[in-house]
Amino acid sequence: MRRFTWFNATALTFGFAFLYLPMLILITYSFNESRLVTVWAGFSTKWYGVLLHDKAFLSAAWITLKVAVMSSTFAAILGTMAAYALVRGGRFRGRTLFSGMIYAPLVMPDVITGLSLLLLFIAIGMDRGVTTIVLAHTTFSMCFVSVVVSSRLATFDQSLEEAALDLGCTPFDAFRSVTLPIIAPAVISGWLLAFTLSLDDLVISSFTTGPSSTTLPIKIYSAVRLGVSPEINALSSIMILIVTVGVIAASLVSKRSIALQKADEQKALQQ
Amino acid sequence: MRRKLLIAIPYFWLLVLFLVPFLIVLKISLSDTAIARPPYTPTLDLSLGWAGVKDFFSQLDMENFTFLTEDALYWKAYLSSLEIALVATLATLIVGFPIAYGMAKAPSEWRPTLMMLIILPFWTSFLIRIYAWIGILSNEGYLNQILLWSGIIDEPLKIINTTMAVYIGIVYTYLPFMILPIYATLEKLDESLLEAAEDLGCSRLSAFWLVTLPLAKPGIIAGCFLVFIPAIGEFVIPSLLGGSQTLMIGKVLWEEFFSNRDWPVASAVAVILLLILVIPIILFQRNEQKNREEG
Repeated sequence: MRRFTWFNATALTFGFAFLYLPMLILITYSFNESRLVTVWAGFSTKWYGVLLHDKAFLSAAWITLKVAVMSSTFAAILGTMAAYALVRGGRFRGRTLFSGMIYAPLVMPDVITGLSLLLLFIAIGMDRGVTTIVLAHTTFSMCFVSVVVSSRLATFDQSLEEAALDLGCTPFDAFRSVTLPIIAPAVISGWLLAFTLSLDDLVISSFTTGPSSTTLPIKIYSAVRLGVSPEINALSSIMILIVTVGVIAASLVSKRSIALQKADEQKALQQ
Repeated sequence: MRRKLLIAIPYFWLLVLFLVPFLIVLKISLSDTAIARPPYTPTLDLSLGWAGVKDFFSQLDMENFTFLTEDALYWKAYLSSLEIALVATLATLIVGFPIAYGMAKAPSEWRPTLMMLIILPFWTSFLIRIYAWIGILSNEGYLNQILLWSGIIDEPLKIINTTMAVYIGIVYTYLPFMILPIYATLEKLDESLLEAAEDLGCSRLSAFWLVTLPLAKPGIIAGCFLVFIPAIGEFVIPSLLGGSQTLMIGKVLWEEFFSNRDWPVASAVAVILLLILVIPIILFQRNEQKNREEG
């Protein structure tokens, strides 16, 4: 069995300290009594209380959540369709352009995506608000979903689908009862990815937002430009906690499902 | 029929919300600034029919692009974006490689946990991770407090609002993108190759240089591109950590649009930024393709 060597242990310790210390400091200072964030004045949870009574933050959080749920759901549907078209669509006219449009947004700087969408919304005279942010987020995150889903589609055995068709399924039934269950984990992780991308987005939202729909990142950004504040520390700590719990839970669930699958395979072999 | 619909819906969506907006940017980059709503001219007036279309095209020119080449600000911004992205990529490699190496050599029952520890920050808000560094790097921040208290320095270091802070921010936020592809190649590496090299008289260090590093090259190259490409167009990091001194093209575009309200120039900046990005993106794709063919 392999053990940690002295060099590797040091590299990992320093590496993870670098990754996690900034966040730990942030969380620690969110419990600071003082308004001066760099001076420790005793333990207190008062900034969490202040945050929970801040109407502007709460409404921004609500808008952000709404946008993220809507855009990631649309993105999951459109992205799965796009992946299907790419992997199973065969040859069709404009396929190169299509795959180009799927991959380009992945590397496009946010400032360009945001600017171009804003200019479109202005050109067609669309009022900016939640709808335009949802449209913008759906567009870039559907590309991420389609990359995740198409890698799953490409690796699974197509003969399963063909068998279903041979046994009298309509193509739609075959998709629903064979393909969808197999690609479901990829669609779910694509949805989660789209959800986080939307929650996190500052630049594209800033371009496509209207006056009455401020999202949480926009709110945080404008507060942070004035310097560090204990309220933002508290908010950040809550967000870090939610993500940590979510990621750990997701990994435990996937670990369990892999274990269950292995057990099933074992059983099948024994019979 | 269903198959056609399946292709047509996402296709149409991307045409309308990705390709058309970009054509609008291209068009506005060729227009002139005007004090009007929208603040550029000409606008396409289809009610005039063919004459309107002809009139529209005759008014487009390359003026904004000539302007960009004449004003030193834009040259400097493009060049310094490239420079900052390049230096930050190398720094990320230097920080990330030992971590990836340590992970790949760790006992196998540890690896899933280590992997999750690398991925976890990736899911955490980008903005918050940048924000965390403001408190650390500022003049009366935690880093300066510790250094002053321990007597290593007498005066606080000026890090925030310098390019140094931008480097730290990029290394910190993009580190997972560097570590994961390198880890993937190192994990597959066949240990017996290293044993063979040592049996044949290589020292450990030269075995690392002659065997490990060349085999890790695809991962290193992929990681570098994954950091370099998004770093060029970065906006949040230079704007929060770099202050007014740091010149990066993403920030220039933002200010051109939101502060100067010069839409045609902002669009021209976007077009050139995209042209600059095309080269590394094509190189990256070629590299990926080559790896796929070999692997």
